[in-house]
Amino acid sequence: MTKVRHLPPLPRIPVFDVIIYFSFFYRDWHQNIKSLTFTGIPGIFRVLELMKIHIPNSVWLGNIDPFLRSFDTSNSNKLEISAHEQWISVHPVVLSMVAVLGLDCKPEDVAFPNLEAKSKHYLERMGLFRLLGVESGIKITEHEPSGRFIPLTQIKEVGTLEAFIEDVIPLLHLKPQQAQPIRYILSELTRNVFEHSQSKTGAILCAQYYEKSHTIRLGIVDRGIGIKQTISNAYPAQNDTDAIKLALSPGITGTTRRIGGTAQNVGAGLFFIKSIAKTNRDFFMIYSGNGIYKLLKTGLKQKVRLYADPLRDKHSESNNLPYWQGTAIGVDMNLDSPEEFNDLLSIVYDVFQKTIKARRKEYYQKKARFI
Amino acid sequence: MTQDKKNIPFYEFVGRFAEDKDKARHLRQDILWPSIKAGHTLVLDFTKVEDITQSFAHALLSELIRETRGEALDLIYFKNCNKTVKKIINIVVDYMTGD
Repeated sequence: MTKVRHLPPLPRIPVFDVIIYFSFFYRDWHQNIKSLTFTGIPGIFRVLELMKIHIPNSVWLGNIDPFLRSFDTSNSNKLEISAHEQWISVHPVVLSMVAVLGLDCKPEDVAFPNLEAKSKHYLERMGLFRLLGVESGIKITEHEPSGRFIPLTQIKEVGTLEAFIEDVIPLLHLKPQQAQPIRYILSELTRNVFEHSQSKTGAILCAQYYEKSHTIRLGIVDRGIGIKQTISNAYPAQNDTDAIKLALSPGITGTTRRIGGTAQNVGAGLFFIKSIAKTNRDFFMIYSGNGIYKLLKTGLKQKVRLYADPLRDKHSESNNLPYWQGTAIGVDMNLDSPEEFNDLLSIVYDVFQKTIKARRKEYYQKKARFI
Repeated sequence: MTQDKKNIPFYEFVGRFAEDKDKARHLRQDILWPSIKAGHTLVLDFTKVEDITQSFAHALLSELIRETRGEALDLIYFKNCNKTVKKIINIVVDYMTGD
């Protein structure tokens, strides 16, 4: 029989002027390295819990899972960010997640040790240092015409969203019909953060154009209450993945159980966005709490079919990822879509409408009784 | 059709992209509802509005349609809508009227 050792919690001892790493002495207690530091105010000490996050050279929605499993964000208020030494090209959702974790820390508690010039340049261009208030030591003055991206941005107030979208969409250099779905997705996802997440840091987002795949990739992240807590206001969810699947279902919103929704919420936003991605044969990912749902690409030889039930879509899911406080959403949008945006909306709406009708029928099961 | 119609130039309220649900609520509560309750005909003029989200259109119209059992639509004209705006307004109207 295995003997269980009950270890005392990590002692939080005040230490002056130095950072002491406990990884050796206290490795039994915590996986992450712990440190203590003096705040500069006599008698007041902060316990800094160091989290290390490494940005690999290539992360996209198809292979993002190992990255998501590579760090644990619980109780971290000191962040060390490293990156692949050669080059990095990562999905904007990765950068947005790194950025929002950095925003949980004070600027002086965010470190970028051993960052090579190429990675540093990329992170500088995407606005990571600026957003975190950290001096990168480099300045980019040259005009780069190939740069088609929305740099990391923190939307703190929903009232600024309209102007933000108006300002940044031109940065992607899209044709009007290509800009429509991007604008739509940016608006719906960011509004969700303010309407449902209770995130104190608002929404963090960025987007980038990838020439090789002719795709816009977009990431929107928050550190709010997460989908399970939101959806549980109206529907019981067993776990985070269940909650995500409910949130993706047509007509389901955390604000009401009423079929048809309220004046402000109808439960269509995430279903529409997932369906736009599906029709476009793109990836789409939601990560919240311990759960992830990832819509996988539909092959070119396969016919695209939209389903109300996200389980019927070709997807992967897990409910045992490291806990993410809040929600992280990644979207890909191929720009070669043969569908015009309004045709695409018609296709998606048809499924939405049929599902709501069926749900109404199921709900109002009563029939006239004749005697 | 001799009745005076009140023109609401949406571009002046929402710009090119109608996505702000708070503005939609304001338009609904402070402009559309009072006119409809008074029996006035409204022209929602979408000239220069390029895009609209489903959420905006829903926030603008759903309560009006629900609470008047669709009769509000008899007092509303949608003017100069492009294909996408027309599509999304139709989506919301169809959804609320059960078509």
